[in-house]
Amino acid sequence: MESKKKCVLIADDDIDYLFQLRLNIEKMGFDVISAESQREAEKIIERHRPDLAIFDLMMENEDSGFILSYKMKRLYPDVPIIIATAVTAETGITFEDADDDTGSWIKADLFLEKGMRVDQLQREINKLLKI
Amino acid sequence: MANLKILVVDDEPFIRAGIDRILRNFKVDYPFMEEPFEFTIIEAATGEEGLESIERDKPDIILLDNKLPGIQGVEVLEYVRKKKYDIVVVMITSFASLDLAVKATSDGAYDFIPKPFTPQELKSAIESITKHVFLVRMTKQMQVQGKQIRFQFLSVLSHELKAPLNAIEGYLKMMQEEQLGDKIDDYEQVIDRSLKRIKSMRNLILDLLDMTRLESGQKEKDLKVVNLSDVAHNSMDTAKPMAIQKDVKIKLHAPATVEFVADNGEMEIIFNNLVSNAVKYNRDGGVVDITISKTSDRIEIVVADTGIGMTQEEISRLFHEFVRIKNEKTREITGTGLGLSILKKLVETYEGNVSVESTPDIGSKFKVVLPLKS
Repeated sequence: MESKKKCVLIADDDIDYLFQLRLNIEKMGFDVISAESQREAEKIIERHRPDLAIFDLMMENEDSGFILSYKMKRLYPDVPIIIATAVTAETGITFEDADDDTGSWIKADLFLEKGMRVDQLQREINKLLKI
Repeated sequence: MANLKILVVDDEPFIRAGIDRILRNFKVDYPFMEEPFEFTIIEAATGEEGLESIERDKPDIILLDNKLPGIQGVEVLEYVRKKKYDIVVVMITSFASLDLAVKATSDGAYDFIPKPFTPQELKSAIESITKHVFLVRMTKQMQVQGKQIRFQFLSVLSHELKAPLNAIEGYLKMMQEEQLGDKIDDYEQVIDRSLKRIKSMRNLILDLLDMTRLESGQKEKDLKVVNLSDVAHNSMDTAKPMAIQKDVKIKLHAPATVEFVADNGEMEIIFNNLVSNAVKYNRDGGVVDITISKTSDRIEIVVADTGIGMTQEEISRLFHEFVRIKNEKTREITGTGLGLSILKKLVETYEGNVSVESTPDIGSKFKVVLPLKS
């Protein structure tokens, strides 16, 4: 294992959620870079390669998370991406079982419901980072 | 060009060939349609062949003879009806069996064409059928679109309502686990942010109620002579705490009385919305100018700020529900995203309109025009 801390990029336009997520992920032992908008996150990934990214789905655009995933995978195909969303439960929209057609343009590795427990989140992050 | 498939079910080959010849180059055009319809003719000599073609070719229209060698025309009609296919069936029938044709129309056929018919009779029948098909499809499409808009609204709404709950829940967990320390003072910011989120959620619910009442038309107007200058003064008072905090000056340019017959509460919503936005989205030390003027046929309310302004693209989205212009400059500003949408709906109930001019980093100018009823 590397001795250097791994770096997680998080993007969410809800500053409270961002603050809490940063705290939780730092506690897991990662460095955190945060962005408050799709635009800000785009600027960050142009210069910096994180080890993992967590994007909110709806920011300036309804599909900000998808756009970011797409751009990110073009730059760093190997960096795992989690899309965190609050929409799934009420609307019945699910992304996990998207058909091949959709799967080919939605580039995220994992979709997570916002408000999940910290230990669950940690387990998913570790799995993606193969820790 | 749109194409409609017509299945002709008739055991007489010359009738089928005749219909094919008449309709092959025929086009139907209406002013309200984007493009003319043309037709593809499919032929079937028996009812059985007709059923096969229905499954295989999915026709839009069936011209159906009743007297057929095997199963009868009415049985084909029955089949279409049972399967609930979106096909317009028209009976072709000789005068002798007119009774049957009339009965068929009550059993689900759209119309009948008596035999023999002239090319012109056939064409005008097809013309009216095409119009029917077009309208039925348009209506269906519009219903689907309506459902989609509603669905979209509900999913955004659930997102907007859930976000503050998640934030507050997160903060409470932090306190429960004493993540920031063991003194209450360590949580000052956490408590402060939680209270802010609760407040904005309450505002969202109030705005939603306003909007629901507006949309269902339940809100009855309590019409009286209202002095808009008074209403403007009240809104200035309401916005004062925020204005002092941001060192924003609000000025009113209006005659002492500007009378307008309206619901006072609704005028307050309009002014409060405009003035609070102008303060909220202003720069520190900025100015808000409220101008009210009255001519013979209308009242104009202009609220101008010296704030962050908007791009053309942002303006085009501005009046949509839940649209809050999100960028680095607005992140500290709270709002429900419903205010302007409510404002617009309200102004429209007075047959007025709202317009906006804006330049990024210079400011925005909202103009409400309310026509005076003669």
